[in-house]
Amino acid sequence: MASAAGAAPLADVDTSTVSGRKRGRTGYLLLLPAAVWLGIFFVVPFYSLVATSLFDPSGSDSRGYDMTYHVANYWHVFQDYRGPLLRSLWYGALATAFCLLLGYVLAYAIAFKAGRWKNLMLVLVIAPFFTSFLVRTLSWKLILADDGFVVNTLQAVHVLGSDGRLLATPVAVVAGLTYNFLPFMVLPLFASIDKIDHRLIEAAGDLYANPITGFFKVTWPLSLPGVVSGTLLTFIPAAGDYINAQLLGSPNQRMVGSVIQSLFTDANNYPAAGALSMILMIIIVAMVLFYVRRAGTEELL
Amino acid sequence: MAWLRKHLVLILGLLVLVYTFIPIFVVVLMSFNDPASRLIYRFDGFTLHNWANICEDPDMCSALGRSVEIGLLSTAGATVLGTLAAFALVRHEFKGRSTANLLIFLPMAAPEIVLGSSLLALFVGAGFAGQLGFWTILIAHIMFCLSFVVVTVRSRLAGMSDTLEQAAMDLYATPRQTFWRVTFPLVFPGILGAALLSFSLSFDDFIVTNLNAGQTTTFPMYVWGVAQRGVPMQVNVVGTLMFLVSIVIVVGSELNSRRRARALV
Repeated sequence: MASAAGAAPLADVDTSTVSGRKRGRTGYLLLLPAAVWLGIFFVVPFYSLVATSLFDPSGSDSRGYDMTYHVANYWHVFQDYRGPLLRSLWYGALATAFCLLLGYVLAYAIAFKAGRWKNLMLVLVIAPFFTSFLVRTLSWKLILADDGFVVNTLQAVHVLGSDGRLLATPVAVVAGLTYNFLPFMVLPLFASIDKIDHRLIEAAGDLYANPITGFFKVTWPLSLPGVVSGTLLTFIPAAGDYINAQLLGSPNQRMVGSVIQSLFTDANNYPAAGALSMILMIIIVAMVLFYVRRAGTEELL
Repeated sequence: MAWLRKHLVLILGLLVLVYTFIPIFVVVLMSFNDPASRLIYRFDGFTLHNWANICEDPDMCSALGRSVEIGLLSTAGATVLGTLAAFALVRHEFKGRSTANLLIFLPMAAPEIVLGSSLLALFVGAGFAGQLGFWTILIAHIMFCLSFVVVTVRSRLAGMSDTLEQAAMDLYATPRQTFWRVTFPLVFPGILGAALLSFSLSFDDFIVTNLNAGQTTTFPMYVWGVAQRGVPMQVNVVGTLMFLVSIVIVVGSELNSRRRARALV
């Protein structure tokens, strides 16, 4: 997806060291329109979501809802939709791991091996993701189809049984997620790896580290900021996505986003939808905080 | 063998790159597909029919037109608001800077489904459940594009030294002249990049849009709808065109910046 071109907002430069800033009211005036917009359409809605999640579940669209601070909504939706919720986190984590593997190889190749083709390769990383997300995902449906080349080949080498399939399985969903969120991993990784001083890696070699030791003792630790922001930028949208699960999976691969969507628009069960949305948000924030702590890179946020 | 060891990483990297292009080849190929049946999605024969009759399904073209319209309007809105905010954050000193930074960071970090459902909760709570449509989509798109504009323009501004501006002032340019003749042209590539990013974010968005669209259909929502009941091949024509247009823009801007770089030497 093209949004990855906003490379690594997590690793954004700290601008507070820049001197010579003007004081006075102009700063507030310039910031005001954006702040008002985000205030009304991002902060206030978040409060509406929290409120909605605590409404009395016996209300309805037409009769309206009563605010009863019905915290039990959370417990009920967790029990009802534990499957899709945990599945989303699991698929998101798997896709993130595959993205890290593929993305690291690609980012490393671009940063260290591409030479004068560096810019071209970077453009090529983003280019496929300018095509519509849904159209791209539909073409994966064709590639992984039951009588398609991939399935036939896998059947021929007996990886899949003769009636085995890829579509409508978790494999297809995770493959789709991995594909669609790859640029979110590659760009921050590249930004980090590209900054590594090559002499440090040579020094490791001079001190008799074999290339593998050198990689794990020098390159990998130095690229950690990119790994952290890349995994977050991949995991968060992948866990919330339901397009891949819907187009490439079956109802057995239903993800939590799809449940939230249909609770809102089909079932009109706003309290449950709000509570489920909040649970997803809370889990993600908790995981992000824990993970960033563990990785020891608080300064990223 | 030594050659292979030396180039192994590059070869693996190129393989990953090839993998990212596989679906694009399929999209281009399928745009020339002559399907035997709308229900079976596979390549049956070559035709130019889809390219010659892009609007065979008028619903697709009206959805496409609506997506372009929303894309342009939300890009304009987000780019203006975001650029002003980026100037405030880089060039001005004020209290509450870290709150402002957090406010701008959070919409990028929240999952789309949470952004979309909280906005829907607001609209429903405020009694706009019946008015969901073009305007609510536009509001949502400006909201989620805004942060990306701020981040893009801010990094351009932060990386810019102010020596040229000081030179202009030394040569008795008024602040207004300095801004329009020096500062703005220098920041412009950042603003342009931010605008392109906004457009593609808006144009491609499904999850937030789908929650706040009511009965209105955008292009991604159209594709979602037909995915259940048979996809017209014209969808792939649009996919191919999107790819070509973005390649032209990227290559064009790259050539342009090289030309400028040479002109400066």
